[in-house]
Amino acid sequence: MDILNALVAILNFVVIPAAAYGAQLALGALGVTLIYGILRFSNFAHGDTMAFGTALVILVTWGLQALGISLGPLPTALLALPIGIALTSVLVLGVDRAVYRFYRRKRSAPIILVMASVGVMFIMNGLTRLVIGVDEIRFDDGARFLISVQQFRAWTGLSEGLSLRVSQALTLVVTALACWALFRFLNRSRAGKAMRAYSDNEDLALLSGIDPERVVRLTWLIAAALAVTAGTLYGLDKSFKVFNYFQILLPIFAASIVGGLGNPLGAVAGGFIVAFSEVAVTYPWRKIAAYLGFETDGLLQLLSTEYKFAVSFVILIVVLLFRPTGLFRGKSV
Amino acid sequence: MAEPYLSAADMRGGYGKADILNGCTLTVERGQIAVIVGPNGAGKSTAMKAVFGMLNLREGSVRLAGEDITQLTPQERVRKGMGFVPQTHNIFPTMTVEENLEMGAFIRDDDFRDTMEQVYTLFPAVAEKRKQNAGELSGGQRQQVAVGRALMTRPSLLMLDEPTAGVSPIVMDELFDRIIEVARTGISILMVEQNARQALEIADIGYVLVQGANRYTDTGQALLADPEVRRTFLGG
Ligand SMILES: Nc1ncnc2c1ncn2[C@@H]1O[C@H](COP(=O)(O)OP(=O)(O)O)[C@@H](O)[C@H]1O
Ligand SMILES: [Mg+2]
Repeated sequence: MDILNALVAILNFVVIPAAAYGAQLALGALGVTLIYGILRFSNFAHGDTMAFGTALVILVTWGLQALGISLGPLPTALLALPIGIALTSVLVLGVDRAVYRFYRRKRSAPIILVMASVGVMFIMNGLTRLVIGVDEIRFDDGARFLISVQQFRAWTGLSEGLSLRVSQALTLVVTALACWALFRFLNRSRAGKAMRAYSDNEDLALLSGIDPERVVRLTWLIAAALAVTAGTLYGLDKSFKVFNYFQILLPIFAASIVGGLGNPLGAVAGGFIVAFSEVAVTYPWRKIAAYLGFETDGLLQLLSTEYKFAVSFVILIVVLLFRPTGLFRGKSV
Repeated sequence: MAEPYLSAADMRGGYGKADILNGCTLTVERGQIAVIVGPNGAGKSTAMKAVFGMLNLREGSVRLAGEDITQLTPQERVRKGMGFVPQTHNIFPTMTVEENLEMGAFIRDDDFRDTMEQVYTLFPAVAEKRKQNAGELSGGQRQQVAVGRALMTRPSLLMLDEPTAGVSPIVMDELFDRIIEVARTGISILMVEQNARQALEIADIGYVLVQGANRYTDTGQALLADPEVRRTFLGG
């Protein structure tokens, strides 16, 4: 029995990675859920909006690096992030004008908007490949570890090591700040309340003199900011590859539906639920079992990591079957 | 005689090809209560929407305080002094009572805390629940929030579509008392009611609407006394 080592191993291999991944999913799911609440459709282009924004952040990062500008121990991408958000916002607002506004004016059914967003997804995907290519890109500079395995072993004298990468810590801090700012905005400001009112009851919001086009623009801006932030953090934490951002759409949708579509608090919770389930199911628990005194031959891994997206699928199906409005009572899908 | 405060004359129009309103006329004097009754599907809600500008009129006009507002959008009519409480979906369910009132005052740039206090004085029951989500309140309290929301723009004409739908008789009496109180402050009321008898009791003028046209128009008391109206619309 070695409970301390078991705990450290759980922290190192499950809790920290899942928390960082969960935070990235939460930011993505927040964008999806806001769009759903206000524009009333599931935006399939969200993953590729993340990819496009991150590609811009990488280009600006390279530019800054060429100029010799850096943030010391923090990644330069953090400095490039606001520029990436601004440029992506312009693109997203342009897309809304060119594509979605037309269907909104016609009061088209949500499924038509979903299909339009699939089209937008393909175009954005192509655009991103054109801008930055299809290769895997690492763009995290600055310090790599906040706590490294060697340091941790030296401090604690435990045989099991623990590391906390800068990108992971950064993800958690930035996500906490973003959520705090967003919820404060939604709950305190006049514009934020107008967004919630519009999401609650569109007709009554109109009668109250709330301008729907302003609400829609604001929603796109916030969604774009969240998407680029999520994409950049995900890219810093793992690496940047266009295709991965298409794949991550599934866990993001699962997160927003688990939490209840249209419910921002639910999206955050959903992000962590999906991430922890995915990591827990694909992690081989043998080592931890051994620390706790259960020696086995098997890996104690429920699912190999190639199948991690199955976890999102299962969660989606279970929620849709048993609680279609999600855990936090969003809109029924 | 001066022109009535609200005068919607000879309204014709509907949602598609067929007209729902066939020459419907509604007037309300300043500070008075006008009640529209009639069978289900008579076009009462449609008439309210027409007065509020949510329906395109093929014929007829709507005048408020002597001004022709037939071409104005609902939002513009709110600025002219109209407040509307729709029959259904008339609150923001996941927002608190207080936020519902704030959204009612969305077009106001001045300090509206006074108005909010007046609404809370009028409806003490919801004042106690100002931090609760409106969707969690009882039916009667939700209606009070809905009326309160409409009062936040300080309208001179308050339009209520079945404010007592689905509430108990006690709550209904209470709501009617509140509506009389509102009218006493000089606000004109145009109201659709299913509880025809009770509503006509408090009506200065009553309209019996059938198939989108005025069948009977008289003071509330006169309509209640009319044997023909009693037999056909008030159940004897
Ligand atoms: N949004 C709508 N679109 C088409 N027809 C409608 C709509 N709303 C109501 N109607 C029709 O208009 C008629 C009058 O409805 P309504 O004004 O709601 O009656 P009331 O309020 O008197 O019960 C009914 O025949 C109804 O089916
Ligand atoms: Mg009706």
